[in-house]
Amino acid sequence: MKGMTIIVKKVTEIICGVIFLYGIYIIVHGHLTPGGGFAGGTIIAGSFILLVLAFGSEFLALKKEETGSSILESSAILIFIVIAALGMLMGGVGIFFVNFLPKGTIGQLISAGVIPLFNIAVGMEVAAALLTIFLALLIYRDEVLK
Amino acid sequence: MIIYILTVFLFLIGLYGVIAKRNLIKIVIGIALMEYSVNLFLILIGYVRGGTAPILTEGLGQKVFVDPLPQAMVLTAIVIGLATTALLLAIAIRIYKKYGTFDIREIKNLKG
Amino acid sequence: MDLFIPLFVVVPLGGAFLIAIIGSFSRGFGRYFTSIIFAFLTGLCIYFVFRIQGPLVYRVGGWELFEKIPIAIYMVIDGLSLYLLLIINLIGFLSAFYSISYIKKFTAESHYYTLFCLMTAGMNGVVMSGDLFNIYVFLEIAAIASYALVAFEIEKEHLEASFKYQVLGGVSSLFILLSIGFLYWQTSTLNIADVSRMIAVGGKGELVVFSQVILLAGFGLKAAMIPFHAWLPDAHSSAPSPISSMLSGVLIKAIGAYVILRLFFNMFAITHSVAMVITVIGTLSMVVGVLLAIGQWDIKRLLAYHSISQMGYVVLGVGIGMLVLARNGDRAVATLAIAGGLFHLFNHAVFKGLLFLNAGAVEYETGIRDMKKLGGLAAKMPVTTSTSLSASMSISGIPPFNGFFSKLIIIIAAIQAQYYVLSILAVFVSIITLASFLKVQRFTFFNKTGGEWERRGITVREVPFSMCFSMIVLAILCFLLSALIVPSVRDVLLTPAVDVLVRAGEYTTAVLGY
Repeated sequence: MKGMTIIVKKVTEIICGVIFLYGIYIIVHGHLTPGGGFAGGTIIAGSFILLVLAFGSEFLALKKEETGSSILESSAILIFIVIAALGMLMGGVGIFFVNFLPKGTIGQLISAGVIPLFNIAVGMEVAAALLTIFLALLIYRDEVLK
Repeated sequence: MIIYILTVFLFLIGLYGVIAKRNLIKIVIGIALMEYSVNLFLILIGYVRGGTAPILTEGLGQKVFVDPLPQAMVLTAIVIGLATTALLLAIAIRIYKKYGTFDIREIKNLKG
Repeated sequence: MDLFIPLFVVVPLGGAFLIAIIGSFSRGFGRYFTSIIFAFLTGLCIYFVFRIQGPLVYRVGGWELFEKIPIAIYMVIDGLSLYLLLIINLIGFLSAFYSISYIKKFTAESHYYTLFCLMTAGMNGVVMSGDLFNIYVFLEIAAIASYALVAFEIEKEHLEASFKYQVLGGVSSLFILLSIGFLYWQTSTLNIADVSRMIAVGGKGELVVFSQVILLAGFGLKAAMIPFHAWLPDAHSSAPSPISSMLSGVLIKAIGAYVILRLFFNMFAITHSVAMVITVIGTLSMVVGVLLAIGQWDIKRLLAYHSISQMGYVVLGVGIGMLVLARNGDRAVATLAIAGGLFHLFNHAVFKGLLFLNAGAVEYETGIRDMKKLGGLAAKMPVTTSTSLSASMSISGIPPFNGFFSKLIIIIAAIQAQYYVLSILAVFVSIITLASFLKVQRFTFFNKTGGEWERRGITVREVPFSMCFSMIVLAILCFLLSALIVPSVRDVLLTPAVDVLVRAGEYTTAVLGY
């Protein structure tokens, strides 16, 4: 798949970092403002997809990228399950999914216990999953349909 | 009241797309339209007159919030809709490779 | 004790993604790890069967009742859930063990085991959930995993079958979500026990009846009842054989029949019109399924049509029980009918799973699925032939195999409840099933003149050990399960499940505690 014109390439260079940072902001502030894990993860995936679309798929080794993002997705889910299971050991007596970190005051960034950690795990997972789907369809189109 | 009827009407439009269209991609769009209408319906249920977004911030005072439970339901339903659409499209593109067409009148290998 | 309840969902889920990571480096990890996971889950089920006294309630996150309103997500294991958990994990273990040899010929092995574990995690979640929306989420996990598994061999027919299955399954899932929305609108809560309490207090609105109808349509499609059966023959015949046995033996029960039982007995009040609709759907499935199966010559398609018919038996038994309860008739008759239905549920999982595994073994060795081209396999594949004979006798209802006893209980209950037409139809369908399976046995195994496979020069041996093991264990179970009518065995396993449904109002007090 060929890339786009030079205007698109220059603008993408400048702006995809800003989009990535915005996605991280939405994920980390998930307990204070609307958004959270899923919305922020989609935005991060959007920034990566924008890169691939603007520069074309010829000069990226897409198969390795896809294996990498697939492994990242599975590990993010495993981190989620490990944090949820840790509640069994540290929180109340043997309750799954309990909120075991101190809750802090309302409105601070570091508050609400385990919820920001869950948000980060979900954000990583959604971004990796969307990127894997996009790359898998792109690889199929490039190598099989032609 | 009229809002809920319009939402169900959108659901029926999506259902018409699934039943009556011949192109595979139009069937997928019909299912996506049905999903959007059900998500819209779930959020509209939770509206409280004069309510604000259900987030606790400092300096709030006593306020009326809209119902947060349908919003959590709809977040999950959107993710499930994403997975369904992605799988449908992946299978549709492989059908195009094997059969050479998107028309469902040609894709009839399994009969009886 | 309560500690182990979330393990039914967490262990397959974590195992699935662990297989996905390690499977991209080493191919054989998923095979043995899946069987280990399922053996652990079956052991956990058996531990629960012998240890628990009453329903176990688990609140996720430990959130207690707030001013008598349940705010947590509930996971409930009572008699009915435990019965289905045992079926799911046992048939899952045997199918996973069978797949060790069967799936070796595919290149994407680790993806297969990931999807298999995900499907079982979803099914375990559905039967354990005490919350309406949680049922929907786990149902979607199991269904999406099964859509991908049906299209596993990526050839023309499999892709077409999977697409058809996905479109119909997707529409039915949206119907289910719409009805959950309507119920939430009426009752402002999602907990099953709380919804039943609010419906009993608030009276019958039209919205509740409307959501009942939509729920029947949605879950009727998942359970492959007759107006909604169009996806089943294609999907179940195109899946790889261990997945066919899981789909036909467990999936249509866990996300179809179980949810109908749970919602229509324990959540909604039992009314005469709904019971009549369920019984009519069950009878239609029973009769039309077997009539459509008569003309089939493809083994797996014939078995898929028979699945529709046998699920019709289960729904018929439960429907008769519901009718008797709705007209305040004799409780003993209702207990008998529901016990027959639930017993047939277990039997069908066992013998239909075994039949699909046999069809898979035949296809593994000869590569042919058309019965007119097979024949004379009895000398070359003794284990497959004898287990297939035992499964065919079970499904046709020949004593002393288990199918006979469960069909007998349903027919006796129909006579005692004075629905004579239904009992005559049940006997008639059983006779046609016997004829159909005589045809299968003769053309596949016992035809003396030999088949196409001899002319093609394919050498046929017995299948590898892991496939034989699963088939032999299921055939022994076919025989041993008739012991479920003995009272001491029955009280451990079947009676708690039947009690949950017959004493329908006690679910709410058991879960909420007041």
